[in-house]
Amino acid sequence: MTFSRRDFLASSGSAAGLTALGATIPFEMALAQGAPIKLGSVLDNSGNLDAYGKPMVMATTLAAEEINAAGGLLGRKIQVVQYDSQSDIALYTKFAQQLTRDDKVDVVHGGITSASREAIRQTFRRANTLYFYNVLYEGGVCDRNTVCTGVTPAQAVAPVIEVALKQWGKTAYVLAADYNYGQITAKWLDHYMKQGGGKVLKTDFFPLDVADFGSTIAKIQQEKPAFVVAALVGGAHMSFFRQWAASGMNKKIPLCSTTFGLGNEQLALSAAEGDGILIAGCYSGELQNPATKDFLAKWAKRFGDTKAIHEIAVTQYQGIMLWAECVKKAGSLDRAKMLAAIESGVSIQGPGGTVTLDPKTHHAILDINVMEVKNQKLTIKQQFKARKPLDTAQYCDLSKNPDDNKQYEVKI
Amino acid sequence: MDYTAVVLLEIVYMIAFLVLTSAGLAVVFGMMRVINLAHGEFVMIGGYTTIACAKAGLNIYLAMLVISPLVVGLFGLIVERLVVRHLYGRMIDTMLATWGLSLLMVGLVTMIFGNTAVSVPAPIPGYQLGEFQMGGYNLFIIAVATLLVVCLWLVLRFTRLGLVARGAMQSADVASSLGYNPKMVYMWTFTAGAALSGLAGGVLAPLTGLLPSSGAAYIAKAFITVITGGAAVIVGTLSSSVIFGTINQLVSFGSTPVIGEIAMLALAVVLLRLMPQGITGRFFRNSA
Repeated sequence: MTFSRRDFLASSGSAAGLTALGATIPFEMALAQGAPIKLGSVLDNSGNLDAYGKPMVMATTLAAEEINAAGGLLGRKIQVVQYDSQSDIALYTKFAQQLTRDDKVDVVHGGITSASREAIRQTFRRANTLYFYNVLYEGGVCDRNTVCTGVTPAQAVAPVIEVALKQWGKTAYVLAADYNYGQITAKWLDHYMKQGGGKVLKTDFFPLDVADFGSTIAKIQQEKPAFVVAALVGGAHMSFFRQWAASGMNKKIPLCSTTFGLGNEQLALSAAEGDGILIAGCYSGELQNPATKDFLAKWAKRFGDTKAIHEIAVTQYQGIMLWAECVKKAGSLDRAKMLAAIESGVSIQGPGGTVTLDPKTHHAILDINVMEVKNQKLTIKQQFKARKPLDTAQYCDLSKNPDDNKQYEVKI
Repeated sequence: MDYTAVVLLEIVYMIAFLVLTSAGLAVVFGMMRVINLAHGEFVMIGGYTTIACAKAGLNIYLAMLVISPLVVGLFGLIVERLVVRHLYGRMIDTMLATWGLSLLMVGLVTMIFGNTAVSVPAPIPGYQLGEFQMGGYNLFIIAVATLLVVCLWLVLRFTRLGLVARGAMQSADVASSLGYNPKMVYMWTFTAGAALSGLAGGVLAPLTGLLPSSGAAYIAKAFITVITGGAAVIVGTLSSSVIFGTINQLVSFGSTPVIGEIAMLALAVVLLRLMPQGITGRFFRNSA
């Protein structure tokens, strides 16, 4: 058999990806001076993870068009080279090779799951192509070629656990996705629970295709935790929240999550199913910053409905804007000058508040909100300003150790 | 005490789940010896039918119990007429053809509904069992599976239709010499199997989200259940569902759902080594 199901999907999918690409290149491109700056992107625009990926692709388009409308960068337009990895890790590796070898892009903004990031990060490092990973993740990546602009556990998990411990009590039951994000986040959860004087009773891991949580829900009731923490990922795991509500547990044991809302899960669940879930993140549509309102207006103008926006679409947008700021500061795409700009403490006003790049870790300093799901919206309960990526900073100092190329894990 | 009841209920639910997902395959494979590799996709289409109907405002019970089986049954009828009937007795060719069909179905559903997870909320609220909260919808699934087994048994055992179907499967020549057209019997059996798959898809849709590729998640479990069960459609499917469901849930409760799944697969390997003809190849040999 030389033609598998996967090949079939891949070839038909990438053909569709290329036509979409043709449509996103604006006509004025031909009029711009010089060749365009190529911004590569690999995201899951379909499949199990498309709830995360689709709005990120939209955010990429929006950011590029906005920069182009303002005259581009260095007098050149930006051209987005977008690939759809279809929630398939194998396609990430393939498209990463394509971006560096064939398309020869100037920067890549992409990857959703940590597994996908680790599948492509080294390819970009070897090819000396700057890589921006703009998604919430478990922290610890220490690589001078990579910039992580998403939220890390020290930024979001610590505050949500702090609030949960205060509100609900000292014991927790953890459910986590069974790959590097979930496993490392579970360690951080344990760490912050202990720090707050609490205790994790039990941790269960689930592969991404598990969709039946009956036995787990019964086990949780057996352990009687004060609250449940869900670090679950993807479409199949969504059924946990549904089954949790269907059994009536949402009225009995409170739930907080490190990932809920990232795929706009609050909209997929009914108000009765989702109300009361506690989360932390750097974005809510309820934020009153001028930059947030401006972003919402632009999104509405370009795509109509702003419902699709979620945190990692915002961080993808912020990542691209941070990179654009670095290009302006460097005045060139030269690698050494770009690295110097990245390590100069650049800062932008994004939809999620002030975002500053931390020179030592190549991570972002972000404003975090602890939020509660209420009537399918994320209402802000408490704000934590300018939170640093302290988890990664414990181990990573790229100014001292520029050749470091590792993902550190918390030691407990 | 309550916990024991909870574990028992979850075990029964898993047995019901296995019976539901493999009933259609058991009829098609167990009776006709046709390996339908598109079985998972039949279930998936049943699920999509229910979700589409529910989203269009139709009563969800009507959608899952009537419309899904009808739609998938009709689809099965077309497939039988166009493809499968030319391939009876050619096992490898049928496998290849139905595998191609499964790819086609995944592609078509992706084109129509998009490669996105869809779901509907379960129509039955949870209930209290001692100090535990349980999903009420699981009880509904158990009820449907029980009813399905009883009906299947009544039809196969006590009706003329069942007798003719069983007769045609055992010896097509004799059935034909008695005035029954085996080709018609095959056609309706395949259609019935497809309708059962549609029912399973419809009933299970509210429990888990659906993707065009969801069929793959059903087919593996359905196949090991049917093959381990052996030739007798009802007793075979039931006995292997009981064994696998129990092991899966007991291990899941003792460790994690992943290990539960592994335990079930490992057990299937051992059982097939000991009983290559399936459970009903060794025990209950004279049952339906």
